[in-house]
Amino acid sequence: TMLSKGLKRKREEEEEEEEKETLAVDAWWLDPGHPAVAQAPPTVASSSLFDLSVIKLHHSLRQSEPDLRHLVLVVNTLRRIQASMAPTAALPSVPNLHPTPSMDDNLVASSDAGLSASVASLLEDLSHIEDLSQAPQPPADEVPPGRPIGGAPPSLGALDLLGPATSCLLDDGLEGLFEDIDTSMYDSELWAPASEGFKPGPEDGPGKEEAPELDEAELDYLMDVLVGTQALERPPGPGR
Amino acid sequence: MLLSLPALHLQTSEHHPLFQLPHGRLGPWCSPTGSPAPLSCETGCGEGSWILVCRLLVPTQVSLLSMEEDIDTRKINNSFLRDHSYATEADIISTVEFNHTGELLATGDKGGRVVIFQREQESKNQVHRRGEYNVYSTFQSHEPEFDYLKSLEIEEKINKIRWLPQQNAAYFLLSTNDKTVKLWKVSERDKRPEGYNLKDEEGRLRDPATITTLRVPVLRPMDLMVEATPRRVFANAHTYHINSISVNSDYETYMSADDLRINLWNFEITNQSFNIVDIKPANMEELTEVITAAEFHPHHCNTFVYSSSKGTIRLCDMRASALCDRHTKFFEEPEDPSNRSFFSEIISSISDVKFSHSGRYIMTRDYLTVKVWDLNMENRPIETYQVHDYLRSKLCSLYENDCIFDKFECVWNGSDSVIMTGSYNNFFRMFDRNTKRDVTLEASRENSKPRAILKPRKVCVGGKRRKDEISVDSLDFSKKILHTAWHPSENIIAVAATNNLYIFQDKVN
Repeated sequence: TMLSKGLKRKREEEEEEEEKETLAVDAWWLDPGHPAVAQAPPTVASSSLFDLSVIKLHHSLRQSEPDLRHLVLVVNTLRRIQASMAPTAALPSVPNLHPTPSMDDNLVASSDAGLSASVASLLEDLSHIEDLSQAPQPPADEVPPGRPIGGAPPSLGALDLLGPATSCLLDDGLEGLFEDIDTSMYDSELWAPASEGFKPGPEDGPGKEEAPELDEAELDYLMDVLVGTQALERPPGPGR
Repeated sequence: MLLSLPALHLQTSEHHPLFQLPHGRLGPWCSPTGSPAPLSCETGCGEGSWILVCRLLVPTQVSLLSMEEDIDTRKINNSFLRDHSYATEADIISTVEFNHTGELLATGDKGGRVVIFQREQESKNQVHRRGEYNVYSTFQSHEPEFDYLKSLEIEEKINKIRWLPQQNAAYFLLSTNDKTVKLWKVSERDKRPEGYNLKDEEGRLRDPATITTLRVPVLRPMDLMVEATPRRVFANAHTYHINSISVNSDYETYMSADDLRINLWNFEITNQSFNIVDIKPANMEELTEVITAAEFHPHHCNTFVYSSSKGTIRLCDMRASALCDRHTKFFEEPEDPSNRSFFSEIISSISDVKFSHSGRYIMTRDYLTVKVWDLNMENRPIETYQVHDYLRSKLCSLYENDCIFDKFECVWNGSDSVIMTGSYNNFFRMFDRNTKRDVTLEASRENSKPRAILKPRKVCVGGKRRKDEISVDSLDFSKKILHTAWHPSENIIAVAATNNLYIFQDKVN
């Protein structure tokens, strides 16, 4: 009845891509506790909104540099929807119009796990990228609050000179910087793609552990050598 | 309550420039106002009507045709102007700001350009032309950059412009994109030295042996040239996107705020800044809130506020500690249970925060309302104004098309009696805090006809639609007024609509 009407209207909206068409019963999207929603089974309405939010989240995550505000708001909204869906499905008073409530629960559970994992990994990636770009500066927790933070570190300029191939140069040892490269002597596997480990993205995950990751200490050491304050003492080990 | 508007006729003038530019973009044109009187802002918006002063299109290459051209040589064809629109994405205006005297008006756009307009000087002969703005200077403030470390392109879009108070003949402003703040000096040159001894007129060095007499170089008048030079570049201090800059009342420091941090700078020092707010969690998975806007108190150089995506405002005192993570005051309104929805947090996210000129109040803009807070009362605002409450039932659609994430700005008038903010369909709204009257106006080319005045607009929510009303479903959500500015002492406003800059002036009978 009301459910099928609304569902149909929603799909029509999507098919026609008519943004200006009014959703007459926008009240669906209210909290399930709201009296206006009590008549319609919130599970189905919320799952459309849930799907929409997941799509938005993935779209946001796919950006090379996500809009943090947009991301945070979508994630928080998604969490609200999730929170409302789980207990609602369990309520015996809700009319069981949905054909397979158990499947719905599994959907929620698996979506939840996948969602949390992708959000967590993306936010962690964002954190790593920041650490990377600020590696020449003291880490935030070592600096007393309010201390000045270097605004124009010369070391970043040196990294620019090295170019995107930084990771493979570090892997190969510092000697590689100063010697003529005889490619026949080197195993091609040592020359890992420069972009690995630098870009955030959904594809970055636990499977990329073998990608070279710059160690802050190594980076500091390299900077010191390049600016001449540190003599070559030992070649750093291969990147982890 | 709507305003009754007297009839007012605008005349086009032959004295206004049309710049025909190589790319086909149009230069600014102005039509004079029909009424001369400048207005004090005490009249508010309830007493008079609003008329279009000029509609300006940001020009691409002003250096080719600059202000010193004879007015008589310019040709105008108004109907040609009206029928053509060469807007490109780079021309979209992304920020508007009057300087402290209102003499200058700066715009920044998505292409990284800054265009400064200057107010027409009042003259006895052409009194009716007062209140118009003409192009004064254009320069490329920011260029697109590539961050090699992260393989990311940094947008050149100008997020904010803030003027410094004028201390000598030159003008200074700060402009920022997502990552870098720049201090620009804009100065005039109308004289040039002539008669050097060691150089000839082309600047070539002369053989000292050929010099038989000495002369004193003199300054001779030249055509006015306005030059903009970057004086400081404040870079590499923001990992996240800068959303705000604010000049301190000490005129020695300013702050820049991104999603998670706020830094304090000294104008003279570009290679270091002080981090004064840091809300980044130790574990990024715990991130639930970001900073959305920040501003210094207009008089107390130790006080500033910042707003969040959760609808809260924190007031901080820099004397309390070096890192202002602990606020002095915390402003938040309890959620209205009857309006609760999945989108409650998104629509509560504050998109702009502004101190009143008096420093006693702060105004915040969230998706549906503008709120005025008394600094002495933290638990709720003292005034709430509905900007477009008819959208409350459309939140799901607006979430779907991402309009719900639009960030509208808000402004005070000079006397803090009227507040203004934008909406959709090129509508913008004014609220008179004293009379509690409000008005909806439209910035559109249809209103740019000569002899046209601004008619108040009304959105029909339901039921019978009257003749002049527009229904909610007919609103154009791609036409959004995000950026507006109010002259510091007069009732002159600037409204940015995509690539158009509208300047309106209040008229009092």
